[in-house]
Amino acid sequence: MADSALPTGDNTLLRETTPLRDISGLERFLGPENYRILRGLLKTPASILGFILIALFIFIALAAPLIAPPLTPDDPYKIPRDGFTSEPRPMMSDWTRNAPPLPFWWKPIMKTDHWVHILGTSQGQYDVFYGIVWGTRTAFRTGFIVVIATFLIGIIVGSVSAYYGGAVDNIIMRVVDVFLTLPFILAALILAAVLTPKIGRSLIPSIIALITFGWMGYARVIRSDILSVKERDFIMAARVIGVKDSQILFRHIIPNAIFPTLVLASLGIGDVVLTFAALSFLGIGVNVGYADWGQVLSFARNWITSLNMYWYIIVWPGLTLTLFVMGWNLVGDALRDVLDPRMRGKT
Amino acid sequence: MGTYIIRRLLLVPVLLFGVTVLIFGMLQFLSPVERSALYVRDIPKNDNAINGIIKTYGLDQPLYVQYWRWMVGRTDTVTGKRTGGILFGDFGYSRTASTTVNNLILTRFPNTLDLTLWAVVPVISVGIWLGVQAAVHQNGFIDQAARIFSIIGTSFPTFVFGLLMLLIFYANLQWFPPGRLSDWASQIVYSSSFHHYTSLLTIDSLLNGRLDIFWDAMRHMLMPILTLSYISWATFVRVTRSSMLETLRMEYVTTARAKGLPENVVINKHARPNAMLPVVTLAGFQVITLLGGVVITETVFNYPGIGQAAANAAAQLDVITVLGFAIFNGLILILANLVVDVMYAFIDPRVRLS
Repeated sequence: MADSALPTGDNTLLRETTPLRDISGLERFLGPENYRILRGLLKTPASILGFILIALFIFIALAAPLIAPPLTPDDPYKIPRDGFTSEPRPMMSDWTRNAPPLPFWWKPIMKTDHWVHILGTSQGQYDVFYGIVWGTRTAFRTGFIVVIATFLIGIIVGSVSAYYGGAVDNIIMRVVDVFLTLPFILAALILAAVLTPKIGRSLIPSIIALITFGWMGYARVIRSDILSVKERDFIMAARVIGVKDSQILFRHIIPNAIFPTLVLASLGIGDVVLTFAALSFLGIGVNVGYADWGQVLSFARNWITSLNMYWYIIVWPGLTLTLFVMGWNLVGDALRDVLDPRMRGKT
Repeated sequence: MGTYIIRRLLLVPVLLFGVTVLIFGMLQFLSPVERSALYVRDIPKNDNAINGIIKTYGLDQPLYVQYWRWMVGRTDTVTGKRTGGILFGDFGYSRTASTTVNNLILTRFPNTLDLTLWAVVPVISVGIWLGVQAAVHQNGFIDQAARIFSIIGTSFPTFVFGLLMLLIFYANLQWFPPGRLSDWASQIVYSSSFHHYTSLLTIDSLLNGRLDIFWDAMRHMLMPILTLSYISWATFVRVTRSSMLETLRMEYVTTARAKGLPENVVINKHARPNAMLPVVTLAGFQVITLLGGVVITETVFNYPGIGQAAANAAAQLDVITVLGFAIFNGLILILANLVVDVMYAFIDPRVRLS
């Protein structure tokens, strides 16, 4: 044997090996499993349609002041109202008073310079178009706040439970069971009703209610993912070379287990917005006249007998809410296929 | 299986304790005066009388004392009469309905039960049928249609769907009205000649031989039934489909086919019964959810069930009433979950024989 065969610590052979296929920087960054999830999400036409819908709503939310310039710039979420009569007014009828400024796109397209109620007005002369456009911002705001908060709570509870195991795990999981036992909508109704007199009508009571009764699913998912990552060889390796427990949990286990929960949570926005709208449809939540889809829909509750005349007060806001939720659900449906353990390895 | 059932039974008191503690915790956001509605019908305006009530019912005592009193109520030392005490099924007084919460539940629950019984049948039968068809013709036309159908179903907010139903079938076509009964029918139902055997309206009307009232009740229930069905079908189709697909890949199905059995026998006799296990669990949960008062559907259609009562109370910030409903529902949920789990143990040989 020649001297060159002795190990030098600089393995030239390894440098020359090439992977069987190209591995992009993104895949290196995310790891093969997470990369597979991301690619699965972008594959089917249904989920691409979902992403397009989501992008559209993000655009509306960002461009809200340009699409529908607010009447009161300090409080843009207040839906401008054209008078106080209760009876809704049809689509394309003129603003008679309190007309907000004309948006820049109106004149070039419509060739007129008076602002109309594009989608009509609802009960109390609240403009439906403004309610929908600014309601998009409300939807994203509540969605993000609730999802981030429930995600963090779920991660903390789930990882503590999985990490300590034994009695701690048992007790925490029973607490999760208790939270799941209370019927969600009733529990949220109680908490919101209890909090509203304390902090006034705003987004906050509903948000707190949705957070309090919304974290359990994430805790369960992250717990089971941590339990499976805990058994992997690289964790054993870290233990063997004497890495501290806390470091193993935060540096090695959680980053490897968090991705499915993260994706799941970010797609939870659709559900959160749906529930939030349901609560405000039932009359819990924001002040009358705040731009919020659930409330715009609840205006229709007094006009049920004459909906054939005033169909626009439910069809437009209803369609908006449905498309919003559908966007997230389409992506979520693709996600369920990707995360299904029986599908693993078949990209 | 014995130990499984015993373990499952032991969990019930733990859950019950947890749920009451959780609700009691939310109750603490209320002032002592508001909480006195747990025990007395009318909260007096006079400061002295209010203080008297707070003293009598110990609403200023430490939390564990209050919790105990909330559970068992307070027995008057002189008359021996007990007031309050959710363990004895006394949930307090409803400010918005001006009656006891128990009475409110008793009058509303039969309506919800009636709706549930009629909604469960289409949900389960059509949901299973569609799911099996989608799995058998995987990626075929029915499968794609069922998939689109179920995505739309899960995305449609219940109240938007309900409002659209009202727009089409009530405002435009005038076929199905909201509410519970037409005026003429409710006059008959509340007259003395109409016997309430079960307090389920549809069954009572049949027992009384009044087909016209039965039809009127059904006409009012059709839209809520359709709404509930459409929303729940989505989940049913999805679960049945994936369970059926998994079963069809099993080796015994291949064996059955290799023996030369006709395809419909393979599917109906061999595959489908085994694919039904997760569907049974789902069906159980579905019934529980429906019984729990379908708050939004009942509110949209103005259907006087427990869900609508709870929503009305919550909108007027009458917390005590909603609490009563929540405890009642929690109880139904815990018991029904127990039944489903035990039933599951009997159906699934893997649990039964272990």
